Parts: sequence; C-alpha cells; structure tokens
Amino acid sequence: MRAEQSRGRAAVDGLVRSILPVILALIVAGLIILAMGSNPLDFFAGVWTYGITGTNWQRSLVLMAPLVIVAVGLIIAFRGQLWNLGYNGQYLLGAVVASGFGPYLFAALPAWLATIVIFLGALLVGAVWSLIPAILKARYGTNEIITSLVMSFIGVGIANLLIKGPFKDPSTPQPQTAVIPDDQLLPYIPGTAIHIGLLIAIVLAIVAQFVFTRTSFGLRMDIFGASPKAARHVGINSTWMVILLFALSSALIAFAGAVDVLGQYSYQRANWDPHYGDAVMPFVFLARLSPLAAIPLVAFYAVLATGGTLAAQQAGLNVDFLLVIVGLILIFMTITEYVGEKRRLGQSYLPPGLRRTLLRPFQGTPSPRASAQERVGEPIPPDTPVSESAPETAPATATDPAPAPEARTS
Amino acid sequence: MTTSTAPDVISLREITKAFPGVVANDRISLDIVSGQVHCLLGENGAGKSTLISILAGMQQPDSGTIAINGAITPINSPKAAVDHGIGVVHQHSTLVPAFTVLENLMLGETGVMLGKKKAKERLDELSELLGAQIDPHAIAADLGLGQQQQVEIAKAIWKGSRLLILDEPTSMLTPQAIEHLGESIERVKAQGLAVVFITHKLREAYAMGDCVTVLRGGRNVGHISVEQLASYDEQQAQDAILSAMFGDDINTVSDEAAAELAGATESVRETRGIDLENRPVRLELSGVSSRGHGRDVEVDDVALQVHEGEILGIAGIDGHGQGALAEVAAGQRSTSSGIVRFDGQDVTRLGVRGRQQLGLRYVTDDRLHEGTVGSMSVALNLVVKRIGQRPFWKFGQIQRKAVDAEAARLIEEYGIRTPSSATRAGTLSGGNIQKILLARELTHGARLVIVNKPTYGLDLKTVHLVREILIDFAANGGSVLLLSTDLDELVELSHRIEIISSGRIVGSVTNDGPGTAEKVGHYMTGAIEGVH
Repeated sequence: MRAEQSRGRAAVDGLVRSILPVILALIVAGLIILAMGSNPLDFFAGVWTYGITGTNWQRSLVLMAPLVIVAVGLIIAFRGQLWNLGYNGQYLLGAVVASGFGPYLFAALPAWLATIVIFLGALLVGAVWSLIPAILKARYGTNEIITSLVMSFIGVGIANLLIKGPFKDPSTPQPQTAVIPDDQLLPYIPGTAIHIGLLIAIVLAIVAQFVFTRTSFGLRMDIFGASPKAARHVGINSTWMVILLFALSSALIAFAGAVDVLGQYSYQRANWDPHYGDAVMPFVFLARLSPLAAIPLVAFYAVLATGGTLAAQQAGLNVDFLLVIVGLILIFMTITEYVGEKRRLGQSYLPPGLRRTLLRPFQGTPSPRASAQERVGEPIPPDTPVSESAPETAPATATDPAPAPEARTS
Repeated sequence: MTTSTAPDVISLREITKAFPGVVANDRISLDIVSGQVHCLLGENGAGKSTLISILAGMQQPDSGTIAINGAITPINSPKAAVDHGIGVVHQHSTLVPAFTVLENLMLGETGVMLGKKKAKERLDELSELLGAQIDPHAIAADLGLGQQQQVEIAKAIWKGSRLLILDEPTSMLTPQAIEHLGESIERVKAQGLAVVFITHKLREAYAMGDCVTVLRGGRNVGHISVEQLASYDEQQAQDAILSAMFGDDINTVSDEAAAELAGATESVRETRGIDLENRPVRLELSGVSSRGHGRDVEVDDVALQVHEGEILGIAGIDGHGQGALAEVAAGQRSTSSGIVRFDGQDVTRLGVRGRQQLGLRYVTDDRLHEGTVGSMSVALNLVVKRIGQRPFWKFGQIQRKAVDAEAARLIEEYGIRTPSSATRAGTLSGGNIQKILLARELTHGARLVIVNKPTYGLDLKTVHLVREILIDFAANGGSVLLLSTDLDELVELSHRIEIISSGRIVGSVTNDGPGTAEKVGHYMTGAIEGVH
C-alpha cells in the first residue's frame, strides 16, 4: 500500500518535473516577447494556427520523423553516459549519402532497393564516423564531448564540400545536389501527406524502449552507464560497449538525415544545417532518457517549430527565437531538477554558505537550534535503514539516475 | 605553546551535526584537558570523524559551542583551528608524496620567503620531542608509513599546538610501529599538549588513554574519567567500555565475541585446522604479473596456492597490490605473464563471466561503486553477475518473476534488511550492501571466493556476521582468498597468511598459535620500512 502510494507520487513527481520547465519557459518567453513590443498571445495563437490547424498538423508530424530518430540516437549514447555531441556532423553526413548518391542510385536501381541501399549506407557512414571518438574514449579515456564535437565540425565541412564539389547538380548555379524525383521518395501514409519515415521513427522508439527495459543488453547498458567500474566487475567489456553504443547512436542520427532527405527535402543545399540535435537535447533529458516518453515531448517541439517559424515572422521576431525557448527550457529544467532533488533529500534549497550569509542580518544572536532543525528537514522514516557509516557513505546524492544537467549543457 | 600553569581545557558543549538521513553528532559534550590522552572509542558511524572535523574547522556544527578555557571560540575554518593550536593527523596520509619532508612541513607557511633554516631548527626540536629520526630532505613517498605518520604529527604540532588529534592512527601500522607511536604520544603528552586518540580498538584505548569517551549512534554514551580509569583493573575497564559501546546489543553477540570485536584481546584463530597436504589445490597462481590501465600497483611474479577448505590471508599495507591481485585472480584484470589455474584448469584466458560460472567469485572492497549499482534495485543487484543466463533471462528477455524469487530467497537467507527487493540498493546501509555482495557471490555453486577488505567500514555486528559466513563457507569445503589490512581479522580467519608488498609476495606465515601477528608485522616492516 505504502509502496504503491509512493510509486504514484513518484510518477506524478516525474511528470511535473518533465512538464513544469516547458511551461515556465513558455511563460518567460512570453514576457520576452512582451518586452520586445509584440503581443505574446499573438505568437502563441500563431503557433497553434500554423502548427496544428487545417493540415498543418501533418507538417508538424513530418518534422517529427527525423527528430524522433535523432532523439533515440542520443538516448542510446546518453544512457551509457557517453556524451555524443557530434550529432550535427553525423546528421549531415547521413543526409549527404541520400542526397548525393540518391540521384544516381534511383536512376540505376528500383526505388525500394535504392532506398534500402541508401539507408544502409547512411547507417554505415554514421557508425564509421563515430569510430574515432569512440576508440579514443575506450582506449585512452579521451573526453568524448570534445572529440565528438570536433568531429562534428569536420563532418559538417565534409558534407558542404561534397555538395559544392562532386555531388553538385550541374544544372543549377546554386551549390546544391540534384533533386530526387517525387515518385522515388518515401511513400506517404495513405490519406495524408506524411511520409512513412514517421512510422519508422515510432517503431524505432518502441524497439529501443523494449531493448532498454526488457533485455539483458539494456541492463548491461544501464550498468555501464551507472558505473563503468561496476560494469567491469560484472564482466562487461567496456571497450566494446563504448564503441558499440557510439556506433549505434551515430548511425541512427545519420539515418535520420537520410530519412529527412528521402522523405521531405529531396535535395540538399550547401551550408544547410537544421540543428535537430540541439533542439531535441533538452527533451531527451526531460523524458528521462526514455524513447517512448520522448515522443510526446518531441511532438510538442515539432508543433512549436513548425508553427513558430511563421508565427515568429508575423510577430516580428527572428526565427532564432525558437532556440531561445529551447534554451529557456534547459535553464528551467536545471532549476527544477535542483529544487526537486533538494526537496527529495529534505534539504534547504539554498547552498549552505549563501544561506548563512542571507540569514545573518536577520539574526541578532545566532539561533543555531532553529537552523539545525531546518537543515535536518523531514524526520527519518522509521523503516529506512540508517547508513551505518554515514556521512562518508551516505549514497543519497550519488545514486540518482538522472545525470547532472550541468555536464551536458556545457 | 601555552605557558599558563593551569591546564588548558577545550570544552565541547551540546555539539549537534546532522546530515541528510542521519544525525552524526547528537548533543555531544566533552572536555579535553591538556596533558592527557583522551580516547574516543566507537564503532564505524558512531560520529567520531564528524566530531573531529568540527574540531578541525572543516565542518560547522548545527548547534552547540566550543570553548577554549571558558571563552566561547567558534572554529569556522581549518585556519582558525590551526590558529588555536589544534592539529589533526588524518587516518590517511595527507603528505605530498613528491615533496621532501621539510617542504611538506612548510606547506602552511604564509611568509613571502621560505624560512628553511628556521624550519629545520623547528624540525630538530620536534624530532627530539617525538623521539624520531626524520631526515628533512627525504622524499615523503620514500618514507615508511610509521615514519610518514611521525612527519604528520610533526606537521600537526608545527605551529606550537594545544591539541593533537590522531584519527585512527594505528589502523595502517604494524605492531612494532604501534609501539613506537605509543612512545611518541607519551612524549607529546609530557610536553603539556592535549591528545585526542581515536580508535575502535579497546585494548589500545586502555593502553594509551588517560580517559575514555565512548560514542555510539552519534551520542556520548559513556565517559570514564581519569580517576576511574586509574582505579580500574584491565577487566573492569573492559567491561565498562564494552557495555557502553554495545549497550543493549551486548546480548545479541556473546561476551567473548563482543570483546574480540572491540579489539579487547589478542586475536586467535577461530577456524578449524585443516590438513593442507591432503587437500587438493583449488586456485593456483604461478609467476603471475598483471597489467592494468590505471596507476595502482600491479602484481609482479606472484605465486600462491589456495587449497580446498582453506582460508588464505593476504596481509599488507593498503595499496600494495592487493587490488591487482584480487582482480587478476577474478579475471577483471589481464595478466601480462604467468598462469592462473582453477581446479587444475588453466583459466588465464577466461574473463570474469567464465570464471564466475566455474565457481570463482570476487567480493570487491569498493562495494558502493564497483560491487553494486546504487541506482538499481536490490533484486537486480543480486543477479547482476548472471545477466543473460537462464532462468533469469530467456531469449534475451528478463524474467522478472524468476529474478524476484531468487532475490527473495537470498534476502531471506542472508538477512538483508531492505524494505523490498525493488528498493534501490544505494539506499541501504553499508552492512546490508555487503550482504548483497556476499549473497550474490556465494550462491549457485561457489567454490572459491576472493574477498577484499570484507569488513572495512562495517558495524561490529555485521563484521561478526561476515566473518561467520566466511568461516562457514570454508568449513563446508569452499576456499577463501582473504585480502585485508586488518591484522586481527587475518589472524582470526586464516590458516596461512602471506604478506604482499609493492605487488610481490614477500613472506608466508602459518597461523598456528600466538605470535603470528608479530611475525607478519616483521615481514611487513622488513619489506616496507626499508631495512637496507
């Protein structure tokens, strides 16, 4: 009974922590719009109008396809506590495989076979591209945040070079690839203008969720993410794990690029970079690295992005304002996590030093008894075994599954 | 140095300090008087370390006051503590290994120029006081642990001290070095300093202390004043301290066990003798050297044999290759040369999982981060070494019912105190986490278990239980490779004790009668203190 109650409370708590930052970010974004002299209600009404009403919801869902695949790719790496920040390069390289080889392959092969070849090629390119940061990490412990990020810049550069060079469509002066004819692109879901990439993405998310939560591989991954030392102790080959997770993550993100080109864009321009990874990142964490939980959050962003582009122009705002909202979500997520964690531990919300400084002017003589009580917070529940060797081994803070948000936003 | 004739008194009144989930110090009051050795006794988690870090200015009490000679003096930084003449020698070395003794001692100097000459004079003065020979230009890393500790003491009273705090100073020392430390403490005391001596061994408290305060569960549960302690004979003192230490728990373990756990008596072997020659060799390492990625000491050309039903102890100062030896035997670390045989089979190329299935198990010393995954449930932690195996996984899919049933069985059998098998392992106490590890490793066909520091940091009751489990396991034909830094524990459990130093086995002692600890200590001293 008690356990169920606390489980229910934990679920509510998790939901609040996932949604509250979004709401707070939207409120502050509204205030910013107001400060810039526009009407925030117009903007949000615009998001609704252009993102959902009429057939606009279909445009939002089309955008969702690559976003969900990128999200799954990020989750694979992040669950293993590997910070794959090379998503932009990986995405564009995957896209360039489709846009560059697509025109030739579709000319030579039946459409379904060409599509499969392109998808496999994108997956392969993504996986190979991740090998350098992964091997460096596994072998020498190099910080993969830096290596993957640097590789991303190189990847973006290579993609642009290819589009301007060998893959350039000679029939236009623009640096862009040849357009793949409409009838060769991914088919639509009957009755809509949504290509089947969305279905692929959803299936991927479901499969990933199953693998993470139900299989031995998922458990190995979680152990590896929680503690590489423990992973070694139970006999998991960490070198292999790093390379595998990085390859899977990167391959999926590249795959997203290929799906996006074959499903929606049909060609690729140089210097085009949708920055999907940047946008999806906060939602991946809000979903607690669960692929299924990420779907509604990504859907929200897809609507915001689809509707917001036009709405921002109408409200006289730059399109980059969308990234401001994403940034605000990140900030509020960090704050919510911090406050929630302190609340769970029954601690004061302020760091002890700051707290003392703030309270000093109000205390004629220090009344330590009161502050002691506040700091202890809630009484210890009687059935919680008290750690015998506290405080050294008090594990409360060390064992929270959510990784520290500071680490990943830097 | 103080010049007043009346003894200095540092009074702690109603010191309270709470951490999330635990009250580490609960209204502790005590007086520390100069010229006395004040023993603080208590098991792990009794609040000794917290009290010390409050005295040293590293933590602030939530409430309560510290007064020096009647004047209330807040100690709100380590610097304030030093200014008041409070010096601490921590349990683990705080010397900079690459610096010389003199440089280490001068770390806290604030002047623009280094006053080397003055520092040397001060060191000579202190060497004489401590009765130690300290070469000021020796590199700290080259010193033996006993000597390092002397340097630490010199550093603590460098600025002219009022109070010297020694935090479990004997835990890393050989019996010989402990004797030497006792002499130094006597001399410091004679200089009029107050000494706080923290230990969890009763016989040290009795031998070195002038008065004793016992902490339990963060409270001051017993004080034996100078006069009382002087009037008691050894047995009376022991009884008084024991009843304070254990309180009502004394009835749950026998008197003898309690006395032994509290380190009141010389330890003797508790395991039944076995006839080694008639026992087959279960684990054999021949010429094994290890190769890891980290920076810890690797084992070098180690040869050893563990027989069926035998407990082989490995003694040595912490960090001398014990971790590498355990890991290389368990398959967690690769060998660069040599052969590991298990029941006659060459397992050198087998990894952790292969050896686990043969019955070679390993209870690591880092039970919080290596042995368990704190964010996962107790049930998962109990089967984590059998991932992918039937009946817990079928076709790669976890079978929750089988896992839960196994967890329930082990929780019951080993008395793991947890609200449920779904509780996150990290929220359990250290003792219960250790029980998870033992349950996991000793179940399902264990033939040999490697245990590294199995009782480190546990409460006395669990210590007792863990030792019982190991003794039972050996009595039923299992083999144990016991790595420990606690000589008493080794003497109590092992049939033979081998001594490891800098990754090499430097000696072997058969544990058959009194004097084993001294013999082991002799090997440790010979190997480590560098008798050239």
